[in-house]
Amino acid sequence: MVSPDKLGHFGEFGGRFVPETLMAVLLELECEFKKAMKDPSFKKEFAAYLQNFAGRPTNLYHAERLSKQLKALKVYLKREDLLHTGAHKINNTLGQIILARRMGKTRIIAETGAGQHGVATATVSALFGLKCVIYMGAEDVVRQALNVVRMRLMGATVVPVTSGSKTLKDAMNEAIRDWVTNVNDTFYIIGSVAGPHPYPMMVREFQKIIGQEARRQFLKAEGDLPDYLLACVGGGSNAMGLFHAFFNDKAVKMIGVEAAGHGLNTHAHSAAIGKGTPGILHGSKSALLQDTDGQVQIAHSIAAGLDYPGVGPEHYYYKTIGRADYVSVDDKEAIAGVKLLSRSEGIIPALESAHAVAYLSKLAKRVKGRKTVIVCLSGRGDKDMGTIKEVM
Amino acid sequence: MIFLGHVFFLVFMMNRIDAKFNELRKARKKAFIAFITAGDPDLQVTEDLALAFETAGVDILEIGVPFSDPMADGPIIQAASFRALQKGVTLKKILSTVKKIRESSQIPIALMSYYNPIFHFGIEKFILAAKEAGVDGLVIPDLPVEEAADLSRYAKGAGIATIFFLAPTTARERMPAIVKAATGFIYFVSVAGVTGAKKAVPSDIMRQIRLARTMTKKPICVGFGVSTSEQVKAMGRISDGVIVGSAIVKEIEKNVGQKDMIGRVARFVRHLAAVL
Repeated sequence: MVSPDKLGHFGEFGGRFVPETLMAVLLELECEFKKAMKDPSFKKEFAAYLQNFAGRPTNLYHAERLSKQLKALKVYLKREDLLHTGAHKINNTLGQIILARRMGKTRIIAETGAGQHGVATATVSALFGLKCVIYMGAEDVVRQALNVVRMRLMGATVVPVTSGSKTLKDAMNEAIRDWVTNVNDTFYIIGSVAGPHPYPMMVREFQKIIGQEARRQFLKAEGDLPDYLLACVGGGSNAMGLFHAFFNDKAVKMIGVEAAGHGLNTHAHSAAIGKGTPGILHGSKSALLQDTDGQVQIAHSIAAGLDYPGVGPEHYYYKTIGRADYVSVDDKEAIAGVKLLSRSEGIIPALESAHAVAYLSKLAKRVKGRKTVIVCLSGRGDKDMGTIKEVM
Repeated sequence: MIFLGHVFFLVFMMNRIDAKFNELRKARKKAFIAFITAGDPDLQVTEDLALAFETAGVDILEIGVPFSDPMADGPIIQAASFRALQKGVTLKKILSTVKKIRESSQIPIALMSYYNPIFHFGIEKFILAAKEAGVDGLVIPDLPVEEAADLSRYAKGAGIATIFFLAPTTARERMPAIVKAATGFIYFVSVAGVTGAKKAVPSDIMRQIRLARTMTKKPICVGFGVSTSEQVKAMGRISDGVIVGSAIVKEIEKNVGQKDMIGRVARFVRHLAAVL
């Protein structure tokens, strides 16, 4: 178990870089979170919702036809796409909303890019009968119109954010502004292993069940640990969720796949670890896409859920200590990944998860002998049919 | 060697912010602190406003460094930041502007910047450049004391004030560390919210300020949501100074393109400063 230090640092990254007004609530949240993690009744309630509402455990599925095609790799898919709402995001939102209720908060806010975290937050807010406001970049509101309908159907208020680049990072700015203003009654459900301490640690703790299950399931199926773990990285919650349980299994190689968008040599990508430098955004220090004056650059990916100029601090820490490798896959390759999995296995992955799938083809060429790999299939592709239709 | 030089410098020359508060204290007056966003609408205007403000009764000038993601700011300063960035304003250019202001003015200047532009510049390098330009203090809204050790150390070495925040939500237990680390003055956020907040200033800030007073003799100034002369007057009664930002930035925006823009904004500011 890797714990951040008292101030929330993973190595030199993480921390709490927020307006003074928020310090009290972050300290309170950290304290309540730690209490909850030691409280059997919290654990029991969380586990029950994960099982009965979200649909855990998810399958670890041996993708036989895909493996045959790739030859050098025996591929297992961790099927987070089968969860209620269609992605791993629900694990975290369930954990946080139980915490919100324990803390007596009556109003939930969240940011969303692709809308998956927004949908997962609207879902648990409906489940718990709490008021919910979702901030979403005005451009994403258009790109992900169906998810907006889903959120509104469940009673959430969706606020289109028109400031800045009108995408995820600006939605997060606006959610933070709301939080600063309504700090007494409002709980901010951050959707990734990003943001100020304790969020990166807390979200990881709520997502680590992905890796815990996968490890157990893989051992049962193969009698050994996998050679590789593969997951897409935007903020990095599904990847950290998969990786964490394997941290001490030194022989297991971890690969995070960032979005190369139009290519790493253009400015239109989201590879914060691959091309970014240390910086501070949204409350923590991590890898950041920024210009020479320290202004945050606008990220790009065909997958709205990866379209973010930063990354969770623990990933950057993993990178610096050499525990995980970070590679990237561009928009075209991601589309090819969608097709590959759809045709070989009859599973349509989310564009985000397709980045991890697409990297399989590259990895297959690199490895010597036959290797085993677990891919985190973090979400299903239904939400992306509009985008796919345009490029097919 | 550079550091030794600065220690020497410190002994012989008091920080302009400290000197200003000494002077105000003797005269039993409160500080009027005016905020403008650097480069809105351009850096020449920033320079001209600084000089005009000095004669309009502004005691301390707070110059905002525009940032792509100003999460502590309301719509008015967000928009000003955006306009300034569109014009290509950078931290380096702002320091040059401060240097130009220094050629003809000794008005105390605090830079307000989000942490990333400073961090990216390089903390040590930035502090030296700021000192050389004539910056007297730093206000960094997303840098709580817990993360500020490096910056505070370099700033102290250069005699630049590090102005930290107290908020209505700040717990009693954290206050001693904040008031200890703060130099120049303590920035008291009047309301939980972003800059330019419209809500009436709540009464419980009295209690917070009184509590802080039991821990420090440093000046405490109130900002966020202060826009009218009535509010300036009321806040002046309970603190050592008042910071007005969004109201001035809005006045600038309103007068962009007017022939006597500098004069108009300065008159607006003079009117606010006069009540203290």
